[in-house]
Amino acid sequence: MLKLNKLHKIFDYGKINENYVLKNINLHVPKGDFVTIIGSNGAGKSTLLNLVAGTFFPEMGTVEIDGQDVTGWPVHKRAPLVGRVFQDPLLGTATEMTIEENLSLAIKRGQPRRLRLGLNKKNRAEFRHLLALLDLGLEDRLDCAVKLLSGGQRQALTLLMATMGNPEILLLDEYTAALDPKTALQIIEITQRIVTEEDLTVLMVTHDLKQALAMGNRTIMMDQGEIILDLKGKERAHITVADLLAKFAERSGRELSDDRILLHG
Amino acid sequence: MWLNILQGTIEQGLVFSLLAMGVYLTFRILDFSDLTVEGSFPLGASVAAVLIINGMNPFLATFFAFIAGALAGMITGLINTKLKIAGLLAGILTMTSLYSINLRIMGRSNIPLLRETTILTAIENWGLSERFVALVVFAVIVLLVKLMLDYFLYTEIGMSVRAAGDSPLMIESLGVNTDRIKIFGLAMANGLVALSGALTCQYQGFADVGMGIGMIVIGLASVIIGEVVIRTSKIRFATLGVIVGSIIYRLAIALALQLGFAATDLKIVTAVLVILALGAPSLRSFMIQDEFAARLMERGASDAQAK
Repeated sequence: MLKLNKLHKIFDYGKINENYVLKNINLHVPKGDFVTIIGSNGAGKSTLLNLVAGTFFPEMGTVEIDGQDVTGWPVHKRAPLVGRVFQDPLLGTATEMTIEENLSLAIKRGQPRRLRLGLNKKNRAEFRHLLALLDLGLEDRLDCAVKLLSGGQRQALTLLMATMGNPEILLLDEYTAALDPKTALQIIEITQRIVTEEDLTVLMVTHDLKQALAMGNRTIMMDQGEIILDLKGKERAHITVADLLAKFAERSGRELSDDRILLHG
Repeated sequence: MWLNILQGTIEQGLVFSLLAMGVYLTFRILDFSDLTVEGSFPLGASVAAVLIINGMNPFLATFFAFIAGALAGMITGLINTKLKIAGLLAGILTMTSLYSINLRIMGRSNIPLLRETTILTAIENWGLSERFVALVVFAVIVLLVKLMLDYFLYTEIGMSVRAAGDSPLMIESLGVNTDRIKIFGLAMANGLVALSGALTCQYQGFADVGMGIGMIVIGLASVIIGEVVIRTSKIRFATLGVIVGSIIYRLAIALALQLGFAATDLKIVTAVLVILALGAPSLRSFMIQDEFAARLMERGASDAQAK
């Protein structure tokens, strides 16, 4: 599904503050894999997601999604293939617009937009159905402006929008970090359900090591722009957070440092 | 006498509400501070005036003025999105170029339209009384434009334009080319501004190369007054607010003139109005801070006394 070949990303190349963020990243993610990504500050986790989304382009290497080389494609061209939820709940929705208007934008993912009304009876009924599945009571607030929703409700809406219109890959960038623990749990449950139903391939960056092991079927650890550990299958099944920290120290020669890291969740 | 002034004021308010709708589209919907307006307003006037004095049908001439304005908006959009020059500067660059272009189009700095067939005189010839022709024609045009704008902003493309101003990252990740949307929005907005300019020159009887000065502030003032009068998050009420705001602005100006303000001082009056309206939230927080500081001082003094 997703193939990253020999990716290199350098910010401000040739300038005094040149920053080598990703070094020779090779990653092959088969369809249906749910990969959690952990690592220290500045390890390149978010940059990796940005390269998959098309926000940045690599200095070298290729990005392949669903058999197509998408390396030079900008974000909007990759939209039919990639859905994304940002850490900041404000970024994923148009806050001045209503819930139904936001959903009507999402349902046309990657399709040409026309000069006809974006909302009609048929898609409203569909939106109500989809919102009811979230179990947050949003199905009765279709014409409510998104700015009136709580952070959790917004993130749930963003998640729904990111998975509408059949993308192949879902990118989650610390998307529960800004939420309280109870809401975060709710969002995670919704994520698990949608991902299973839609058979999505997922890359999730998290700073919660317990969550990284509890969710998905594969965990990769990054440090200073490189993947230093790739855990899956039996090897991953019985591993603990303590093992993970030990492995990090062993591979990188340093303690895992991230001011926001959660060791016990 | 008073009734005449009132009628004239409303007519002006209606004509300028088209400009204000353009400004609303860029400032509020696209979140783009577009100064192209100051050039596209006289551009609309010059194109319409030159075509009319060369014998073109005034309706067609006005339509071409709209197209010219839309092209100017596109240029600003291209400079901003393709060359990555800041929006404010992109608008200023287009505006500055338009000054030369407008002079080229007109061939001189002022074109009178006396005895020419304008939209207004043409419709008068259909049998509408001279007394009301401007009021009726402008009201009909403004209403049509408002309804079309309302409808457009609820279409799939229109909603993408709104989302591009509100949350560009989101709409991009849903497959919309935000550059293209921005260019499109700027074209539409400046088309409306040029339409306003074309009608203004036919209404006042001349086109002048300097008639764009201060237009952006007038448009902004109208938008802001409209927002104060009609508080809403619904598009159709917001566009109604822009029209009402534009008329109220003209009434305020007429009142200021009656009160003895010199016509040349009106621009600073308008600018101060806009500063106060846009700065109101900050001014309020300064006042709250002062109040808080005063209360702390008071408490300090009473604490000292207690000791």
